[in-house]
Amino acid sequence: MSEVPGVVPDPSSGSIRGRTPTGLLGDPAPLLMVRGVSKYFGGIQAVREVTFVVERGECVGLVGPNGAGKTTLFNCICGQLRAESGAVEFAGIDLGRMPTYKRARLGIGRTYQRIEVFPDMTVREHLLVAEQARRGEGRLWKDLCNLSRPSSDERGRVEDVLELIGITDIAGTPVSALGLGLCRLVELGRALVGEPQLLMADEPSSGLDVHETAELATVLRTLQKERGMAVLLVEHDLGMVGECVDRTIVMDLGQVIAEGTFDEVMGDPEVRHAYLGTTT
Amino acid sequence: MEQFLGFAIPGIPYGCTYALFAVGLILTYQATGVFNFAFAAQAYTSAFIFSILTLNEHWPVWLAFFVSVVLLAPAIGLAFDYFLFRRIPNTNSMAKVVTGISLLVGIPSLLTVIFTNQPFYNVPSILFNPNDVYFHLFGLQDVPINGIFLSTVIVTAVVLVAMVVLMRYTSLGLKMRGAVESRRLVQLDGINADRVVASAWAISSLLAGLAGVLLAPQFAQLQPENYITLMVTAIAAAAWGVLRSMPTAALVAIGLGIVELTAEGYLPTGGILYDSVLPVLPMIVLVAALLFVPGMRSLDDTKDPLASVDPPTPPTAAASRAPTMDKIIRVAFYVLLVAFAVSMLTWMPRTWEGVFNQGIAFSVIFLSITLITGMGGQLSLAQATLAGIGAFTAGQLASHFGLSLLVGGIVGAALAAGVAVILALVSLRLKGLGLALMTLAAALVFDQAVFSRTAVNGGQSGLTLKSKWAGLGIFNPNGHALFVVGVAVLVVVTLAILQIRKGTIGHYLGAMRGSETAAAGIGINLTWQRVMIFALSGAVAGIGGTIYSLFQTNVNANSFNAELSLVFVVVVVTTGVSTVEGAIQAGIGLTVIEQLVTYLPGRFGGNSLVFVLFAFGALTYASHPEGVLEFQKRTWTTRFDRLFFTKGSPPGLAAARDGGPSPGTALPATGVGPHE
Repeated sequence: MSEVPGVVPDPSSGSIRGRTPTGLLGDPAPLLMVRGVSKYFGGIQAVREVTFVVERGECVGLVGPNGAGKTTLFNCICGQLRAESGAVEFAGIDLGRMPTYKRARLGIGRTYQRIEVFPDMTVREHLLVAEQARRGEGRLWKDLCNLSRPSSDERGRVEDVLELIGITDIAGTPVSALGLGLCRLVELGRALVGEPQLLMADEPSSGLDVHETAELATVLRTLQKERGMAVLLVEHDLGMVGECVDRTIVMDLGQVIAEGTFDEVMGDPEVRHAYLGTTT
Repeated sequence: MEQFLGFAIPGIPYGCTYALFAVGLILTYQATGVFNFAFAAQAYTSAFIFSILTLNEHWPVWLAFFVSVVLLAPAIGLAFDYFLFRRIPNTNSMAKVVTGISLLVGIPSLLTVIFTNQPFYNVPSILFNPNDVYFHLFGLQDVPINGIFLSTVIVTAVVLVAMVVLMRYTSLGLKMRGAVESRRLVQLDGINADRVVASAWAISSLLAGLAGVLLAPQFAQLQPENYITLMVTAIAAAAWGVLRSMPTAALVAIGLGIVELTAEGYLPTGGILYDSVLPVLPMIVLVAALLFVPGMRSLDDTKDPLASVDPPTPPTAAASRAPTMDKIIRVAFYVLLVAFAVSMLTWMPRTWEGVFNQGIAFSVIFLSITLITGMGGQLSLAQATLAGIGAFTAGQLASHFGLSLLVGGIVGAALAAGVAVILALVSLRLKGLGLALMTLAAALVFDQAVFSRTAVNGGQSGLTLKSKWAGLGIFNPNGHALFVVGVAVLVVVTLAILQIRKGTIGHYLGAMRGSETAAAGIGINLTWQRVMIFALSGAVAGIGGTIYSLFQTNVNANSFNAELSLVFVVVVVTTGVSTVEGAIQAGIGLTVIEQLVTYLPGRFGGNSLVFVLFAFGALTYASHPEGVLEFQKRTWTTRFDRLFFTKGSPPGLAAARDGGPSPGTALPATGVGPHE
């Protein structure tokens, strides 16, 4: 594995539990710290002792061949799967056994490898429901008293995101009438509307054409620069990865095999072997 | 020891009958992906036809067997596949369960309508004479082996071996296991998946027919309830085999039979264990499987790789009509509502006033199904039970403390909500079929262990209510006061549901129906939402139960049993489970049709005809998940829309009026089929 700056020490060297969540108090602690995370499915070890950090405002690419464990790792970070060992810390807070919805409300937004949309809703409703959920809205008495209508602020934020990713013209369309590429953009908008500190995008360009992929890369870059949002990007389109990321982590067979700048890791023989089956 | 064997050994044929059903259920599930709730109805059908042919027509047993089992049973299975299940997408577990339940409710009623309600006694055996004792096991006089024992054990063993060989070692079995994942995907590999799945249906239906005819001599009188009870126990056994392992299911089934008979022998009659625990033993075994067998929690996790080619659910009629037409319909609705209310309070004949009062009570109960299934996306088969909890609580509070039934109804609603919350918490990890089975088990437990107790039901004829407990002059099923109170409750519940639906919680529930993964990922607390919708649904059912008992002037266990829970689901699904008007139409429609049927000659089957109408209406759920009435409303709305309001423009796209692209604007390519 390549030696790279930013990698945290061995997980056995000290527990991160009990640390003050200094990240929220302005400490320059990393936004996301993954330490020694492992996940098994029966006898298969899908993720092995993975350790890395994502700094605030940083765009990190997570690449690797199919079956490398990238999406499983995403699921462990988001709480959709429970890791057998290791720890995940977000903004100084140990996520431990925290459920997925609480992690989302902390500021982790996510898109999915396999499209996950709400077919009964329009594009705008997708973003509105995400906006309300992120802030923990949803009281029965408010609904009964007709007090839960979205505020003008909420509507404004939704319109901003629609405009940012260029889907304002289909805002009133049910997502069931959209194609795969547009659904991916809806997912992205839904993740962005809560202004997350960390966006975890799982193969966002899958199903998009070259032009749309380029636009998506621009959006991600804009978000990172203008909003200071960190991005953890799983992507098979290495061109897009090279264009977007500050740092790249390569996984194979569940473990990190290289980390560094995009050019560095692409030149790594172990990475070439993982992708091509040869070191030449 | 001899006494123990005398109790335990007779349990083996009982266990084998459960095993036979369990193997059939697993075969259908393994080979078609459908948990065949209609299996019991199929078994009953073959037994019924066999009985007619042998007892009424005096055909030879072998010929009757050939017609009712070898010919008829597979034909029914093929019809199920061709007309129904083939059209349901693999991933739509709700549609598969609802279709199975509709058949379970509808087929026995259809037989009654066609052949009238004929009682059959002493149905002949196809193998050994059930009354003959062939030998005594271990030479013990207490362990006689009769014809029933021999028939069931031999047939079960042969069937088990044959099915295991079929599924594990034959090419057809391999293809069946492939087709169950995705019929469409297997076709891409050059396999005629339709023929493979049809074969599975034919074989499993043959098994159902065989089981039905084989077991018929065991019952003093042939009744569909016999087979439904058998199936519940078989489901418990199949669940321990994760609906996959036939040998495990067979072992559990035989074990259950032995434990039941042994416990029955040893437990003192009249004790709580004998009266209340023993009858619910299969349900306890089922609940344990659902809670502790990991595979039962992921039954609906299968995702058809080609699911994206399925068309989306069409918009409701209300969402797709032109604003002008919408306005006209709203005005007409209010005019009709006022006309109806005035008629009820002035000239409506008392009989019909009673019919509508009962319909209003049903409507309130049915709105609980709208909440939990239509909005929450969860299939509960215990809504009649929750209504019963409300009704019995109100009745008992009135009976013991003289509390007003209306106040008691609120307490009952709270208790029903509490039970629903417990049910929700227990089944947090279950969804689709698993949740349906859990709620069915809960309903049966209440039937056998709670509602059947005299302390709860007040005796054989139920808890008779007194007018002094009601107040407000509402203790008259055909009276104006009950109508006013019923309508007031209905309006309050309806408005509350509409508010919830258009509010934040409604949107959260919509998100959960679409994708629980993504819903949690945006910050929705799935557990809380699920518990809340169960609680609300329980409370509404409880209130409805009290109103219904006021109409009946009596609280009776038979009015709130598990079978009625199934019927309720079927009725609401027929009219439309996703809209409040669907529930109201179901409630009023059910009672009005029941009343109209009384004007027909008895040979049309009476109430059975009503069940047939709704059950076969619910069979359209697969193609019209919005409900038959809702589908018809949308169709006619579109026609009127085209004719009078939006000439020349494509109909229906509500999105276009909701800020989306205007009609004619090309939407991106979707690969999505037409809406109708």
